Amino acid sequence: MSSRAEILALVDKNQPSHVDAPIIDMLATVNQSPEIILNTFCTSATNIGSQIIFIDSLDDIEGHVQQRIISPLRVVSPIPELKTFAEDSSVLNEANPHSLENVELAILKAEFGVAENGALWLTEQQMGNRVLPFITQHLALIVDATAIVADMHAAYKRTENADYGFATFISGPSKTADIEQSLVLGAHGSRSLIIFILKQV
Amino acid sequence: MITVALFIPCYIDQFYPNAAKATLQLLEKLGVNVVYPPNQTCCGQPMANSGYEHLAAGCSKLFIENFAEYDYIVSPSGSCVLHIKEHLHPGETKAEADKIHHTIYELTEFLTDVLKIEHLNSSFPHKVGLHQSCHGQRGLKISQMSELNAPYFSKPGKLLGMVKDLELIDLSRPDECCGFGGTFCVSEEAISAKMGKDRISDHIQHHAEFITSADMSCLMHMEGLLNRQKSDVKVIHIAEILNGVAV
Amino acid sequence: MKNHAELAADFNKDEDRVNWHDETLWWVRQKRDKAAHQIDNWELLRETASQIKNNVLSDLSNYLQQFEANAIKNGITVHWAKDAAEHNQIVKEILNRNGIKRMVKSKSMLTEECHLNPYLEQNGIEVIDSDLGERIVQLAEEPPSHIVLPCIHKKKEEIGELFHQHLGIEAGISDPQILTETARLHLREIFITRKAALTGVNFAIAETGEFVVCTNEGNADMGAHLADVHIASMGIEKLVPQRKHLSVFLRLLARSATGQPITTYSSHFKKPRPGQEMHIILVDNGRSTQLGRPDFRNSLKCIRCGACMNTCPVYRRSGGHSYHTAIAGPIGSILAPNLDMKDYADLPFASTLCGSCTNVCPVKIDIHDQLYKWRQVIVKEGYGDHKKGIGMQVMGWTLSSPNLFNTAGKAGRWVIKHAPFAVNNPLNPWYKQRDMPNPPKESFGSWYKNNR
Repeated sequence: MSSRAEILALVDKNQPSHVDAPIIDMLATVNQSPEIILNTFCTSATNIGSQIIFIDSLDDIEGHVQQRIISPLRVVSPIPELKTFAEDSSVLNEANPHSLENVELAILKAEFGVAENGALWLTEQQMGNRVLPFITQHLALIVDATAIVADMHAAYKRTENADYGFATFISGPSKTADIEQSLVLGAHGSRSLIIFILKQV
Repeated sequence: MITVALFIPCYIDQFYPNAAKATLQLLEKLGVNVVYPPNQTCCGQPMANSGYEHLAAGCSKLFIENFAEYDYIVSPSGSCVLHIKEHLHPGETKAEADKIHHTIYELTEFLTDVLKIEHLNSSFPHKVGLHQSCHGQRGLKISQMSELNAPYFSKPGKLLGMVKDLELIDLSRPDECCGFGGTFCVSEEAISAKMGKDRISDHIQHHAEFITSADMSCLMHMEGLLNRQKSDVKVIHIAEILNGVAV
Repeated sequence: MKNHAELAADFNKDEDRVNWHDETLWWVRQKRDKAAHQIDNWELLRETASQIKNNVLSDLSNYLQQFEANAIKNGITVHWAKDAAEHNQIVKEILNRNGIKRMVKSKSMLTEECHLNPYLEQNGIEVIDSDLGERIVQLAEEPPSHIVLPCIHKKKEEIGELFHQHLGIEAGISDPQILTETARLHLREIFITRKAALTGVNFAIAETGEFVVCTNEGNADMGAHLADVHIASMGIEKLVPQRKHLSVFLRLLARSATGQPITTYSSHFKKPRPGQEMHIILVDNGRSTQLGRPDFRNSLKCIRCGACMNTCPVYRRSGGHSYHTAIAGPIGSILAPNLDMKDYADLPFASTLCGSCTNVCPVKIDIHDQLYKWRQVIVKEGYGDHKKGIGMQVMGWTLSSPNLFNTAGKAGRWVIKHAPFAVNNPLNPWYKQRDMPNPPKESFGSWYKNNR
């Protein structure tokens, strides 16, 4: 008998009789105004070490980036509007992920944000290359002000039928407190996270 | 008139008769008819918690013989009450065992939930730290537990609030275990003693003169440590404070 | 081999260190409380999570097959391992087939349970743990002492010394910022050069065939996305029915573990990237046996948050290594006897049954009740302490017979003679740090007879 058959036979024999999964809809936060949701998002994100910058259009990003990154450090983005100053990473799609090793800043679009924990959801479509949001020294994510949901229940409602090869929630810069519970930002992923919130025009 | 059968655990009977006397006197003062079934010994917890629940069947049988007929059973020990509630071995007398699950009360929950006491005529002009015994608190739920996101309440705390001139101190860790744990106190001596030392130092740092509890076993363990350290801090069963004692 | 009590006594020889360990973990418990108290329906969330897991356990065989079919559809290779040895062998074979001799691994308690690292090393394959805490204990040649905070027992000065010896930094550095930066640079080099990465799995979704890995450091992603071969090892109990159920677990996991609202990264792996091999190993290793124990099957609900360790007054003062098993603390003490009742017979007794673990558990495992029940099983199966057994029998007889009890009482007070806290002698563990109670003139029973 294969291990598969053996395990399944044991599980079949030993599992208790069927119990239905509970309804989970009642857990969702309801009746929160978009302003409250946006405010909560900003508070949650700031608390975990993200920096929030409100912008009116994508054109505003260049100025903010120039304040932080000194040429010739590598800034990449797959977003066409940012080509004026960022290397186009969409052409790197199929490239060896190791070619991203020396990226200083990656600027990516997030699909939506989650107010209760300051997390942003992006799939590999927005990443271009899966490793990019992790390998870059610094990360900037752009999210529409109208694309913030209250909680994780609403978040998974949005991704219910989504198909992707890889997707992730990112909440703040990478961090560790493994050494005596002292919080250090910049473990193995990005050292900082800037969230550009694109205001509704 | 309510009749209550008094259940005095074996170690209280032999080491801390004052806690038992105070329980008896307090209930009598509050107008309760108290009887003390003379053939009682032990709830069986020392054996059961050590993995020998099957050897406690005799204790269960005896407990049922002694207490099944009463409408209320009251005991000044949260731990023993919890054991009876959860692990009374029914044997052939399941109906009686089931009945006892509902008739047995720890003293402070009986005062709060059955007698619905709102004031007491006692005074205790001292700084007192309340030790929450785990079995009383997390088992019998006589106080809210700090782990849960749920409204605060404390049955022993509320009763102590009725005692004149008593100052209840705050603790850094209001419901941490003292480390007694039955046979744990000897089988895991190092941890048991360390947990107890940490618990008493929380009380001492907050200037307690007395440590009280609805469970004498926790107090006995902490008393052993306090006395070894030659501390002035004393332990006292909550029944003695509520009954009003001369200290 | 030393048991929990002996290892705990060793740990307690340095009281300052015990205080430091206790305070550090208590701080994590407080952060957890704060996070839990900020969610209005926290208790309902726990109850819901528990019910979802009830459903998973009751239908596990279907969910496993559904997950397998969907994962295969997604281009993932699925393997089944009935025990640790088979799991390790599968990993080795995948690496051999790809001619890989060096692998990077992110946090996976399952691989600790299976002792994967020593096995691969014996087979000429180097493994480097990429979680900072795990890398530290790996350099120290120790097992992790906590499932979420693997090196919580180590002081920063000791970590500085390890990095001085192994990573070439100056002696005497203990700043966590500098130490973390050192590890970042060291491990970046590893991530870039390793062609295989192994990760754990926090949740796997039957409906879609994807799995979720949660980290704060980003090490699982760095390893997996840079490697040509990604192996994910998971216990068969890690399934959830649908993607939407993740909302419940991801709200609970990090809040329970560290008090964060969510981990920095919650990565959903569904398909290998073009040109990459992705493998999942479904591991039983005793889980199906535990599933068949009605009193203990709920332990399989565990999502490995570590909250029960942080709150456990024993764990905080005995250290993770005193449990001599991969998963320490209260949850480890109810999981380990299922794997080996003889070797881990001491663990269910390493508790005061205070119940705090049960209250913090995000999936509401009745941990302290299971500790009590394991005690009964261990004694019945003959793995209990035999000396204790005889004493217990005497105690059982005496306490069930009022005549015997009272005679003994009159003759010299049975309890006073037999209670462990009453024997005034230096060999008695009670007496080591505690005085015995002063026996009163008369017992309550005899006072009552004379006064009522």
